[in-house]
Amino acid sequence: MWLPPHPRRPMATVLASTSSSLVLDQPLPLDSGQSLADVTVAYETYGELDADKANAILVFHALTGDQHVASPHPITGKPGWWDRMIGPGKPIDTGRFHVICANVIGGCMGSTGPASAAADGKPAAMRFPVITIRDMVRAQVALLDALGIDRLHAVVGGSMGGMQALSFAANFPARAARVLAIAATARHSAQNIAFHEVGRQAIMADPNWRGGDYYGAGKGPEKGLAVARMAAHITYLSEAGLTEKFGRRLQDRDAKSFGFDADFQVESYLRHQGIAFTDRFDANSYLYITRAMDYFDLAEEHGGRLADAFAGATARFCVVSFDTDWLYPTAESRAVVHALNAAAAPVSFVELKAPHGHDSFLLEVPALDRVVRGFLG
Amino acid sequence: MSRLRPDLAVIARHVAPGSRVLDVGCGDGELMAALQGEKQVDARGMEIDPEEVERAVGRGLSVVQGDADRDLADYPDGAFDYAILSQTLQTAERPDLMLGELLRIGRKAFVSFPNFAHWRMRASLLWNGRMPVTRHLPVSWYETQNIHHVTVTDFRQLLADKGVAIERSWFFSGEREIGAAGANWRAEYAVYLLSR
Repeated sequence: MWLPPHPRRPMATVLASTSSSLVLDQPLPLDSGQSLADVTVAYETYGELDADKANAILVFHALTGDQHVASPHPITGKPGWWDRMIGPGKPIDTGRFHVICANVIGGCMGSTGPASAAADGKPAAMRFPVITIRDMVRAQVALLDALGIDRLHAVVGGSMGGMQALSFAANFPARAARVLAIAATARHSAQNIAFHEVGRQAIMADPNWRGGDYYGAGKGPEKGLAVARMAAHITYLSEAGLTEKFGRRLQDRDAKSFGFDADFQVESYLRHQGIAFTDRFDANSYLYITRAMDYFDLAEEHGGRLADAFAGATARFCVVSFDTDWLYPTAESRAVVHALNAAAAPVSFVELKAPHGHDSFLLEVPALDRVVRGFLG
Repeated sequence: MSRLRPDLAVIARHVAPGSRVLDVGCGDGELMAALQGEKQVDARGMEIDPEEVERAVGRGLSVVQGDADRDLADYPDGAFDYAILSQTLQTAERPDLMLGELLRIGRKAFVSFPNFAHWRMRASLLWNGRMPVTRHLPVSWYETQNIHHVTVTDFRQLLADKGVAIERSWFFSGEREIGAAGANWRAEYAVYLLSR
């Protein structure tokens, strides 16, 4: 029987973290016009919150991330996805800051999503409403309200996390003093949408998807989800990075098989990435979250002019791109910086050199550490 | 501000407290930090070298990585009280257009530049027949970033042609400030405060 990934308490954490979840007492209004009742927001916290609640940093996760930003993942047991960035003495120093990271709504790690029960007690599946990046942000602002945190020291995010950070700045301008958006964009391009559509179609073409009603059906659309992950994973890496890592090297063999096994290392790697992903991610969540990203266009939400999105900004901004990121290339970050300048917001921008493509924000880039540390002050 | 380069120190002394400043070609933000720390100035910077930007951001300054030849267009008219361009005019693709951009973005502009008509440069060219390499311009002709060799007289002519008003000017020989008399011979570099 297929069960949605269920968060368990980490066994031994290097960094002391607290896993919590909150049920919002008000229905959450959504951009679609619908609203979601009894929304659960699952989140992790690290470091002490000061008495005046002014040292909190909200970290937004990316498409396939979750709240386990700096503590071991409860399913895979792997270190948190930004373990290298967050911790005592690290660029986001939990000795000074109270770090909060929440699972987005639509997700599958404890926050309300398509695997959550609908009013009839059965998983909502495709009855779950289509959500947006702004809806994800609204849920996290509701969490801040419940925690009594009026103004964050900073919001920080990479990729979809950066999109949430920008949306947060545009829609809740008074609630953060600093906004750090890494490898992000203010809107999804046709190419971005196109890649996501490939992934969604792979899931929906899997006979085990069953129109989304695979919960409890014995088997979910793991093959489709794995293919979606494989296609997406390519977009996270640079061509040079792939070449350096794999080249045309063969996998555990001396010659080509003249068949369709994973002859090449890169094939084997992608297959592994795809399959491993299905252990920890719900296919319907993948559909909903990629849809939210595709719908994201911050200018469109503000009358078509991106600068107007930041008209009420009170925060300092820092925008970071990577020279090898072709998913959200530097031009997208520059468009955000342009708009922030037009809105007279204090903004820093740097394009960092890193070989790893879009995924650079997750990997070893010492210059990023210095920028993050310096910007957070 | 005593540790600042003399042209930057003169700029720092004459920026009004609490004003809004854009430092174009700000390097690692030395002038910005001085202005912010000692004059409560709202300082922003633009710098082309990502490592300098990283250092500036690392010290908590708002600096955008950008190319002044292209990216000044991002800023709205009159966004700043002052636009500052120190020792960068001679590297611009079109110094005349950049001057126009500075005075579009800023109500006033500080511009400093090395004077290529300084007597030592003239002597070098006259006696040796070679493009001068001096303590202030230590790079050979083939690798210098200075693509537009400007003199004090040339600069004054450009300002007159463009109808730009000179609020003040300062001239330097080495670390020492000198008078305006014979500046085109005597000054190694000049600082101008300009307005539209």
